[in-house]
Amino acid sequence: MSAVAQESAAGTGRAARAGIQLVLVLFALFYLLPLYVMGVNSFKPLSEITGGNMMALPQVWTLEAWGAAWSTAQIGVEPTGLRPYFLNSILMVVPAVAISTILGALNGYVLTKWRFRGDKWVFGLMLFSCFIPFQIVLIPMAVTLGKLGLAGSVPGLVLVHVVYGLGFTTLYFRNYYAAFPTELVRAAQIDGAGFFRIFWRILLPVSGPIAVVSVIWQFTNIWNDFLFGASFGGTSQPMTVALNNLVQSSTGVKEYNVHFAGAILAALPTLVVYIVAGRYFVRGLMAGSVKG
Amino acid sequence: MGFLDIRNVTKSYGQVQVLHRVDIQVEEGEFLVLVGPSGCGKSTLLNMIAGLEAISGGEIAIKGRVVNGVHPSKRNIAMVFQSYALYPNMTVGQNMTFGLEMHGVPKPERDRALAQVAKLLQIDHLLDRKPGQLSGGQRQRVAMGRALVRNPDVFLFDEPLSNLDAKLRVDMRTEIKKLHQKLKTTIVYVTHDQIEAMTLSTRIAVMNKGHVQQLGTPKEIYDTPANVYVATFMGSPAMNILPAKVVVQEGAHHAQITDSEGAPQLLRLSQTNLAAGQEILLGIRPEAITDPEGADRKSGNIVSLKNRVTVTEPAGADTFVTMTLGGRDTIARMRADASVAAGQVFDFAVNMEKAVAFDPKTEERIAP
Ligand SMILES: Nc1ncnc2c1ncn2[C@@H]1O[C@H](COP(=O)(O)OP(=O)(O)O)[C@@H](O)[C@H]1O
Ligand SMILES: [Mg+2]
Repeated sequence: MSAVAQESAAGTGRAARAGIQLVLVLFALFYLLPLYVMGVNSFKPLSEITGGNMMALPQVWTLEAWGAAWSTAQIGVEPTGLRPYFLNSILMVVPAVAISTILGALNGYVLTKWRFRGDKWVFGLMLFSCFIPFQIVLIPMAVTLGKLGLAGSVPGLVLVHVVYGLGFTTLYFRNYYAAFPTELVRAAQIDGAGFFRIFWRILLPVSGPIAVVSVIWQFTNIWNDFLFGASFGGTSQPMTVALNNLVQSSTGVKEYNVHFAGAILAALPTLVVYIVAGRYFVRGLMAGSVKG
Repeated sequence: MGFLDIRNVTKSYGQVQVLHRVDIQVEEGEFLVLVGPSGCGKSTLLNMIAGLEAISGGEIAIKGRVVNGVHPSKRNIAMVFQSYALYPNMTVGQNMTFGLEMHGVPKPERDRALAQVAKLLQIDHLLDRKPGQLSGGQRQRVAMGRALVRNPDVFLFDEPLSNLDAKLRVDMRTEIKKLHQKLKTTIVYVTHDQIEAMTLSTRIAVMNKGHVQQLGTPKEIYDTPANVYVATFMGSPAMNILPAKVVVQEGAHHAQITDSEGAPQLLRLSQTNLAAGQEILLGIRPEAITDPEGADRKSGNIVSLKNRVTVTEPAGADTFVTMTLGGRDTIARMRADASVAAGQVFDFAVNMEKAVAFDPKTEERIAP
């Protein structure tokens, strides 16, 4: 009796699992479809796209569109390609990610291990900043940047992104360090280590997982940001704004293959970051909530 | 003035006072144990000695220097934490020498100190491992090693053995005692385990609810507890506390107590400072109630008591016998081979020399 019941239970289990897997594969294919379309069409000459099937593989494989998108395509009025803007984005995103992550780590350290009167309020306000929409801060930010003389420059964008990202990075590190035993900090104090030495020698070495989370989160958000870039970029616009200008340019024929190549170029860095560090991302997100 | 002076120290968190006027002088080389139930303020007091908690009132002085407000690293103390608090990213060797490094001790000297302590604690072979690769007992040794390397004036231990399993705990207890006998460094040791307190200490401070109930040698605490709280907290099974009345008969003082049949029985007291008719709580430890053959031959006051046995519990080395005395469950501790059975009326021998008396109202000891 029970053997039969078990067998049939296992049988339905197998069928259900196969069904679930099928559905998941379908979802994955559907999700990957746009990437496929962009990929194949970026390797076609323009005539093949306008005259043919978007889903088909290229008959003639060519890197022309990629070359054009990178260095010769018309962005706004200049035929510079995306290259200078790519550089702008790198110059913006690297310091912004680094600074916001380091400050977030310091904030998390202070909020958990150097508690002070009203620290809950400070943390609450920082958390609140995570929920403030971009649009609300545009005008005050513009005024501030103007006063600081940073309007329309890469350092200005760095400042904007650091300020905006700080709430998130602080949240990550605070929750991570909250699970870190305070006795270790006390032991280090007795051993004679000061504020920064404890941070540097005791906490940072075990902060890898959450640092990865912070870096991926910040990198993706800052790289993909359009609104701040368009509003405060001035002559140093980031990649996203340039891509928009490339795609939206109203003169002449629409060079879809160049647009596709440009879009992939714009998405590539976040993709690379995720592929390199992605598996630490999930691990890091879990680490804060589960006590070691 | 002692080596470590705790003078009228109080601690409050906001409105809540968690330590009330603690006053303890510790001599050089002493092993002071702070013992009490969880939440009584032991760790708080220890952390105040370490400088990890601010002192709300009073003074703490080490070697005559008042250390209120002095940074933990400048008090020349070392602490062993309950969780061991080993730095997870450093090797055992780095863990142990981190303090010396922070104090600017040059590398060759650090290595020499490390080698010496590692040999003493027999952890030489572990120096390159990370704490995560050690067993509980090994971590415990490393934590002590980290404290020893510093060669401090005072060692502070906060429940260092409570994360170990029972067998290892007993071994490490002996080991800590040996270490103290060899090094003769002053130690303040926190535990909630009264056996640890008795075995390790040269003096014990029994604490409850932020008050020091009694400060004394283990023998003083055990034989003449200051009050009912100390009497029942120290010792296992706990001291029997029995309501009784003082009766003077033929010039001798007796405690009159109700036996298992409800009849009054007289137990001759060794003390004579109590008034006739006075109500008392008589405190008798289980090992002071035995079979006649097992009674202490050196005692000058063994009283015979016939009483009915309720339960016997053989525990290997001893047999615990429960009976009703003074209307309360009372425990006697017999030799394992004493022949006693439940339901039987047994002839007990009570060593009244060891009995103490408490005031029923204040619960303070009134005799001896
Ligand atoms: N940071 C704090 N804020 C408020 N109350 C505290 C704090 N730390 C400890 N206490 C209280 O002080 C009392 C003593 O705590 P503790 O010294 O840790 O006890 P023990 O070590 O004897 O178990 C407890 O009642 C505890 O709740
Ligand atoms: Mg404690």
